[in-house]
Amino acid sequence: MSTLTPILSAHWDDKDSFTLEGYKRHGGYKAAEKALAMDPDAVIQMVKDSGLRGRGGAGFPTGMKWGFIPQGDNKDHYLVVNADESEPGTCKDTPLLMANPHVLIEGCIIACHAIRAKHAFIYIRGEVTHVVRRVNQAIADAYAAGILGNGVDVVLHIGAGAYICGEETALLDSLEGFRGQPRLRPPFPAIAGLYAKPTVVNNVESIASVPAIIANGAEWYQAMGTEKSKGATLYSLSGHVNNPGQFEAPLGITLREILELAGGVRTGHTLKFWTPGGSSTPLFTDAHLDIPLDYEGVAAAGSMLGTKALQIFDETTCVVRAVLRWTEFYKHESCGKCTPCREGTWWLVQILRDLEAGVGTEADLEKLLDLCDNIMGRSFCALGDGATSPITSSIKYFRDEYIAHLTNGGCPFDPVQSTLFVGASK
Amino acid sequence: MSSVDPTLNQEIMNSIVARYPRKRSAIMPLLHYVQSVAGYVTNSGIENIAEMLEIATAEVSAVATFYTQYKFNPIGEYHVGVCTNTLCAVMGGDAIFSALKEHLGIENDGVTADGKVSLEHIECNAACDYAPVVMANWEFYDNQTVESAKSLVDGARAGNPPAPTRGPNHLVTYKQASAVLAGLNDGLAGEGVQAGSPTLLGLNLARKMEGK
Repeated sequence: MSTLTPILSAHWDDKDSFTLEGYKRHGGYKAAEKALAMDPDAVIQMVKDSGLRGRGGAGFPTGMKWGFIPQGDNKDHYLVVNADESEPGTCKDTPLLMANPHVLIEGCIIACHAIRAKHAFIYIRGEVTHVVRRVNQAIADAYAAGILGNGVDVVLHIGAGAYICGEETALLDSLEGFRGQPRLRPPFPAIAGLYAKPTVVNNVESIASVPAIIANGAEWYQAMGTEKSKGATLYSLSGHVNNPGQFEAPLGITLREILELAGGVRTGHTLKFWTPGGSSTPLFTDAHLDIPLDYEGVAAAGSMLGTKALQIFDETTCVVRAVLRWTEFYKHESCGKCTPCREGTWWLVQILRDLEAGVGTEADLEKLLDLCDNIMGRSFCALGDGATSPITSSIKYFRDEYIAHLTNGGCPFDPVQSTLFVGASK
Repeated sequence: MSSVDPTLNQEIMNSIVARYPRKRSAIMPLLHYVQSVAGYVTNSGIENIAEMLEIATAEVSAVATFYTQYKFNPIGEYHVGVCTNTLCAVMGGDAIFSALKEHLGIENDGVTADGKVSLEHIECNAACDYAPVVMANWEFYDNQTVESAKSLVDGARAGNPPAPTRGPNHLVTYKQASAVLAGLNDGLAGEGVQAGSPTLLGLNLARKMEGK
């Protein structure tokens, strides 16, 4: 059985883990010192050798991304950290930043050195006031201590409520002061990113993983995990389980193992469906408990590792209701730029609302799948693609439940049974 | 004709602009700043931002209307958001949201007549391991029930809201929270827990396994 490997989370139980003093007590900012004494290309090579892959969902090799930045081009380079954590189910970067914002700042200093950037921006979502305070204070303390301002500047940019800004090119438009709408690629950000300059956009957890790699070496990191998915990562368990929370473990751990650690599915209930990496990743069922949760394992089983947001739903949950709610979310968050996504998500909601209410025929399921087919892969970004995932996967595994809504003339489930306070006094 | 809004501190606004290599990037924090003064995005605030950034007011409005956190009418001193995305909804968010609507006598996006509390259903707020989640002025109220959410809004209406579960020792007002979102430091970062127990679950288990 895989063991837990707290690295990012190693000192989160210190009451002052978020302060500069608390961070330095455990060797904080020593890795930056070490990296700054290295040749930038050697830093990139070390991150490449570690096998670290992007923790924001796509899993692109971080060192390779850094290597794409053209060198000696006499242009400003930028590092942009994506802290716009908004994918339904995803809740790892937010507690990380609340407990230890300095590890992100140290990662920024190392990454800026590697890609020859003087400026880093942290784009954080606007709906987390206290996390904003913590990061802002950490930046101020790092400046006061002379850690920032001597070659690297970090600017905190606070969003204002738009899921789409977690998409890297929409994030860049938003950071430039425009509506957050995705850009056509190519050119990729590495060539023309922020202000049309070479830019690396990385997830919080990716950048926060770098100091430990520099401190302990690439071999240490790549000794954890599986063949192509190296290292350890934060798995976020939520929903109908006895103990939800964060589990930092080597890539490749299974849901069965995590559930065992978490005391299982809600007592007296059974697992019905779950997401491996947020709502944009196709649903799994109890048939997938032993899939290794790494990039390849999850993909081979027809889904995506995504953000490792393990949302667990038991047998009291209506899958049609769950999918409708996610679909309403995608419709609301579609930025409107591309027609297939803007119009398609609207139609998906109309049909799903009817189905949940028991209105329609079995042919509507084919219509849903046909719509999904026409949305998939036809827009600038992956929002529309993500919107199709819960629909196609739920029809694949739970077609009978959709039909039961039609034969029943409405939802056969009692929503009270799925709440946490069922059985409590009314 | 100058478009300076005398209620807005031009020095603070200039300091926000100065954070960025290009000044247009300051639109979003400037809009948060306007909300921290007026409680919502005013027309005079939009005009002031446009003049400061040397762009058309229509461009500022176009940006402001894209993002759901910018409000164009006065909202409550305590803005309450109930997560009704799938996971929170299923686990009790829907029940909490409908109970609050009934309790306050307002609909989604409504404000109580005393101006104290406004209500909105919100999307996933990155705290799923604390579901069901309610936010007030974008501070975390974790593991909520219908009763605890009612106490939150009752306290807010009485001017005495309970403290956030992961946040400062007291709940700041919507305007004060907006100043934080404009990037201004209110000195409260040191208050509150560093992590709640779900955040520490894996770490604590790892320590136990190590000890064995």
